[in-house]
Amino acid sequence: MQKYGVKKLAIFPPLKMIELNDLSHLHNYKYQIMEKLNLEEMKELVLRYVIKEYMESEDTEITYDTPLISSGYVDSFAMVSLYVFLENKFKIRIPSSKATPEAFDSVDKIVALVNQYIE
Amino acid sequence: MSNIGSYEERSKKFDWSLAENELEYSAGDIINIGWYCSDRICQKGKGEKIALQYEDFCGVEKKFTFNDVRLAGNTIGTFLNNLGLRDGDRICLFMDRIPELYFSFLGILKIGAIVQPLFSAFGDESLFIRLEDAQTRAIVTQRKYLYKIRKISNKLPFLEFVIIVDHIEKKNLESKEFALSLEETSSVNDMKVFPTRADSPSVLHYTSGTTGQPKGVKHVHYSLISQYITAKWVLDLQEDDIYWCTADPGWVTGTSYGIIGPWSLGITQCILDAGFSAQAWYKFIEKYRITVWYTAPTAIRSLMKAGEEITKSIDFSSLRHLASVGEPLNPEAVIWSERIFGKPFHDTYWQTETGSIMISNFPGMKVKPGSMGKPFPGITAVVLDSKTFEPIHEPGKIGLIAFKPDWPSMMQTYWNNQEKYQEKFINGWYLSGDKAYIEENGYYWFVGRDDDVINTGGHLISPFEVESALLEHPAVGESAVVSKPDEVNMEVVKAFITLKPGIIPSSDLALEIMNFVRKKLSSLAMPQEIEFMDNLPRTRSGKLMRRLLHAKVWGEEIGDISTLEDD
Repeated sequence: MQKYGVKKLAIFPPLKMIELNDLSHLHNYKYQIMEKLNLEEMKELVLRYVIKEYMESEDTEITYDTPLISSGYVDSFAMVSLYVFLENKFKIRIPSSKATPEAFDSVDKIVALVNQYIE
Repeated sequence: MSNIGSYEERSKKFDWSLAENELEYSAGDIINIGWYCSDRICQKGKGEKIALQYEDFCGVEKKFTFNDVRLAGNTIGTFLNNLGLRDGDRICLFMDRIPELYFSFLGILKIGAIVQPLFSAFGDESLFIRLEDAQTRAIVTQRKYLYKIRKISNKLPFLEFVIIVDHIEKKNLESKEFALSLEETSSVNDMKVFPTRADSPSVLHYTSGTTGQPKGVKHVHYSLISQYITAKWVLDLQEDDIYWCTADPGWVTGTSYGIIGPWSLGITQCILDAGFSAQAWYKFIEKYRITVWYTAPTAIRSLMKAGEEITKSIDFSSLRHLASVGEPLNPEAVIWSERIFGKPFHDTYWQTETGSIMISNFPGMKVKPGSMGKPFPGITAVVLDSKTFEPIHEPGKIGLIAFKPDWPSMMQTYWNNQEKYQEKFINGWYLSGDKAYIEENGYYWFVGRDDDVINTGGHLISPFEVESALLEHPAVGESAVVSKPDEVNMEVVKAFITLKPGIIPSSDLALEIMNFVRKKLSSLAMPQEIEFMDNLPRTRSGKLMRRLLHAKVWGEEIGDISTLEDD
């Protein structure tokens, strides 16, 4: 099963992973499918996004198995934006019935869910 | 045998003096909610009874007796007084559901100050609006939320004290910041409770409307009378009950029935300080042998969605009475709860402005799935004709839910907004802003809001507030926000946006805008769907026609569009 991520085109040097600091300007860039991301890289991508978007500080130490939903770091309303991020980033469609608080409760679980829908 | 016994009998001869007598209160006496919820319970010989059983998401447990709660409230109250805080000052609580939140609530009331609980997930802009409006003088918080407060602190000249309950020595305190550790502070046994009276302000809760900024709903200490008796008769709280109210004290349910109601009755309550997880919630019920459970339809629907498999290994036999609050409880949820827990959820209806339960399903009364129930004894409720504002007597005819004013917990005003407060009253009735009809047998049935306010997960969100936040994003030209139906939350926020010239719509831009609003306001206010448009529908005079977008989202008839601006 191939795994895909996205990167910016041309303007910046080709990157295997998204420079997360540039996320706020992504709407001006086009995307292309890039080479495979392995499991660790996917986890790192998701982890860095979660820290940037949902933690009060980028110094917050969380790991791949830190509870995200059950701990209250990400509530059920904020979970929707994480869901949208995953669909956008990995170009997948996750059925809403599968997007449960349990399935989103850690980076490990999120990546396991994403992998089910990547072609 | 339920506390209320026969609803009909109680309704015939009810008077609020019944609650006053039970609380040994007479008109003109000193009445202080903080004292009633701790000191009085200790004086009744229940000082060693467990008041608060706390557990966090890591499984850390803490237990506090009513005497512990009394002492902690005194200690915090004394600390606040020593800083210079006094009766009438607004003191905000901005914390997770940790014990210090509950203790601080009582401590603030005991010094006669006004407690302003705010939901800890609010972004800095939401926080700023509410603190500025109330001219809040102090905020009690945790270090994890300091970053939000520090962003706005310099713009709040009235804010003098930022009190951190979990400060770590190695982190420096900035200007206005003070550390308070209950563990390191000598507890105060004797504290003179401020002699508040019935009309002394007690709690300031913020709520959203269709237009304008959120409004501060001012309650007074006399509200205790309503909160005490409704907790006793609707929630049926009895001496040996173990009670769980899942609401956060940032919202009125979490204070009226998460602190005041149960503790004025001397009831043990449990608090789970964690995010939602069906398994964690079920295990919590089983572990602490919860007997009375008060929760929200959104949570119930989330539990339904999690499936029944996980319920099979849980012992729910402790549950005695279930009730719900925040939005109408759909019939399927009532039927589901009868199947899973062996008993139905009893829907209760009330608002931030009413301070306590107004219409409800009562223990021992037949629950009609989907119905709001009947008015609490002593509450005169009607549905009014929307044009004449006269009571409708015809069963089944839809009108505006209204109440005869002056029940004990009726709000006293909107802070700094007497004009908006006066608009809530017409023809001698208090207008709830909701619509319903009454069946011939006296059961009320909720129809919807009378305005554009969005009720998501039981919380009211102002479209205006969200639209204003959207306009602050550099890419957004115009915005319109409406509700969108949702299986779990009843409604969620949907935004229609036009972009500034040269900006290209994309799913990533939509996500960026969602996160922008979430961080500014709250996750509740975050649009869960964004639709980009070339133009928003407006009348020829330029007024946004939100109802057209609402109709589009809900699949309704659009109605008269003769005033619509031509393309």
